[in-house]
Amino acid sequence: MDSYIIGQQLLNGLTLGSIYGLIAIGYTMVYGIIGMINFAHGDIYMISAYLTAIILAVIFSFGVTSLPFALLVTLLLTMVITGVYGWAIERVAYRPLRGSTRLAPLISAIGMSLVLQNYVQVSQGARNQGIPILIDGVVRLGGEEQFVQITHIQILIVLASFIGMGVLTYIIQKTSLGRQCRATQQDQKMAAILGINTNRIISTVFVIGSAMAALAGVLVTLNYGSFDFYIGFIIGIKAFTAAVLGGIGSLPGAMLGGIVLGMSEGLFAGFVSADYKDVFAFSLLVLVLIFRPSGLLGKPEIEKV
Amino acid sequence: MSLQQKISLRKALIDGFWSGLLALVIFGPISGLVLQGYEVRNELIRPLLMALLVGGGRFLVSCFAQSEKGKRYVDGLAGKRGAGVTVASLKKGKYQYLVIPVLILAGLCLPFVLGKYWLTVVILALIYVLLGLGLNIVVGLAGMLDLGYVAFYAVGAYTLAMGAQYFHLGFWTLLPIAGIGAALFGALLGFPVLRMHGDYLAIVTLGFGEIIRLVLNNLLDITGGPNGASAPPPTLFGLEFTRRAKQGGIPFHEYFHISYSPTYKYIFIYLVLFTIVCLMILFVTRLKQMPMGRAWEALREDEIACRSLGINHVTVKLSAFMMGAMVGGTAGMFFATYQGFINPSSFTFFESALILAIVVLGGLGSTVGVIIAALVLTILPEVLRDFAEYRVLMFGIAMVLMMVWKPRGLIRIKRRAFNAKGVTS
Repeated sequence: MDSYIIGQQLLNGLTLGSIYGLIAIGYTMVYGIIGMINFAHGDIYMISAYLTAIILAVIFSFGVTSLPFALLVTLLLTMVITGVYGWAIERVAYRPLRGSTRLAPLISAIGMSLVLQNYVQVSQGARNQGIPILIDGVVRLGGEEQFVQITHIQILIVLASFIGMGVLTYIIQKTSLGRQCRATQQDQKMAAILGINTNRIISTVFVIGSAMAALAGVLVTLNYGSFDFYIGFIIGIKAFTAAVLGGIGSLPGAMLGGIVLGMSEGLFAGFVSADYKDVFAFSLLVLVLIFRPSGLLGKPEIEKV
Repeated sequence: MSLQQKISLRKALIDGFWSGLLALVIFGPISGLVLQGYEVRNELIRPLLMALLVGGGRFLVSCFAQSEKGKRYVDGLAGKRGAGVTVASLKKGKYQYLVIPVLILAGLCLPFVLGKYWLTVVILALIYVLLGLGLNIVVGLAGMLDLGYVAFYAVGAYTLAMGAQYFHLGFWTLLPIAGIGAALFGALLGFPVLRMHGDYLAIVTLGFGEIIRLVLNNLLDITGGPNGASAPPPTLFGLEFTRRAKQGGIPFHEYFHISYSPTYKYIFIYLVLFTIVCLMILFVTRLKQMPMGRAWEALREDEIACRSLGINHVTVKLSAFMMGAMVGGTAGMFFATYQGFINPSSFTFFESALILAIVVLGGLGSTVGVIIAALVLTILPEVLRDFAEYRVLMFGIAMVLMMVWKPRGLIRIKRRAFNAKGVTS
């Protein structure tokens, strides 16, 4: 009965939420380290969706028949190239603005977002693009009449997100690079004095964020199979909502926020109105910012003079 | 010192090579392999050319940056970000007092010499001037990034359409209602949001702009949804500009016994709009010198210092936000009456970004700059129809370059100078 519908919506929400979480990582890390909202991040995700389709098409045109091999190569190449995008955007549009006015990086980011969208539109055409369905098959839990349906690709999305998240947590917590990132996040000047190349760390954070967005882009493209140059906008705001919900600056918070947002959005779409699910997500953002700006796992922000 | 003066070609070549290689990686797949169905079409010559361009450009820049002149320029670029406001000089040009009356006179004569097509273009440009002036209060003067400005534009436009449809009110009755309504909307949104960190404001307003558009799109029974709604044209003391009277008045051309022409309507809209824009400019110029305007600019420069000096940052920000919203609502009203028909697709995020581009390129806070930028950004695309595809790309690049090169805009704000006798200049 109803519990099956709720279960199905929660499951869809979990899938969607993992995607939000992956993209939210880019927002939360960048915000944590230089305190700016990278508006172009959603469009980086959009770029990765295009890259997925292009690279898959090229691989298949070489006559490769092994699907896992093709997917793995696509994933790696997409993450690398999207990482280069992240690096280049930081280098061109944000680094020259360190120490500029407060509004400058935000405006530059919006400019960059317009550039990316229009660049893709001009090069690839304005129409919808797509890839064929590569992974199908479902797992059904429950009886004949009522059941919860999980597609294989949904399982893949959740698994891949958690693996990606796990690897990232390991890098941030255990490696030297991660320590440098955390030091830069805590106190940029002090980190620089202690011999950390903060510019390089900031670039690295952009690359990591973009690579995570690319992981999300590959997974979503495999799932839905269709995309256009405008998809980064809405999903960008929603991932930012997830980052704020989980507490901006906190990595587990981004994932948690993504999943909470995805699930509540799924329930809202299932039980209230599917037309207003975006309105619901944006309203949630406004409400969180008003009542709990530090999010679920974040530390309250103290304004320093 | 003399050791440093020699330009190292090797370094420049390495710089150029790496930039070119990265450009190849970046441009390669997206512009080189065009998706066609599930296959790709090979266009690899395009990214190769782009990469050559980037690499060559980087090489030249690297050479220039190593020269004496270049070093000074780079240092200047990094050091120029300091103080915000410069003071205008007290000296006046000989004929300066003539400039404004001549411009106003020229503006009033303009509709009678233009054809209908160019008249509509100029009206649209003036609407953007109004929008630019409104957003300039919020972004340029008060320093709050509003990415959902189009929401107030939409509120104004829909006030006219809905007011005419459901309450049978005319243009003139709805004009103040649209302004006040949009301002109240601004207060409703702004009040809880303005207390928080500045960057959050940007994303909340962005979300709000989308909420408004989605609600207008989904409320099929009331707003007509994507099918849109019609908006009435303005009247002149009950005289209508349509061929047959629809709002219970007399058609303009019958009253004056002249032949009907659809241009009259546009001339009238133009004249009303032009008057409002002039009043708005006067209003904003005066406001800037009042305590309220000064508080806005002070808050933009340093919020904490202002609060420590006893300025209530919430009310001051709210006043700027509401003022901006009011202007946006009024502009929306004119947009609706000029188009005669509106639907939610006119109020997308792109519109907000375009208005923001106008304000940014005009120089945050500068009234003259905003007017020029609005006119250029709306009329230029009409002239350069062939490059329409690249319009947004150009806006984006211009915004980024502007922030890197002159974060305070092409025309810097100048504060009025005072002498012992009082205000001059």
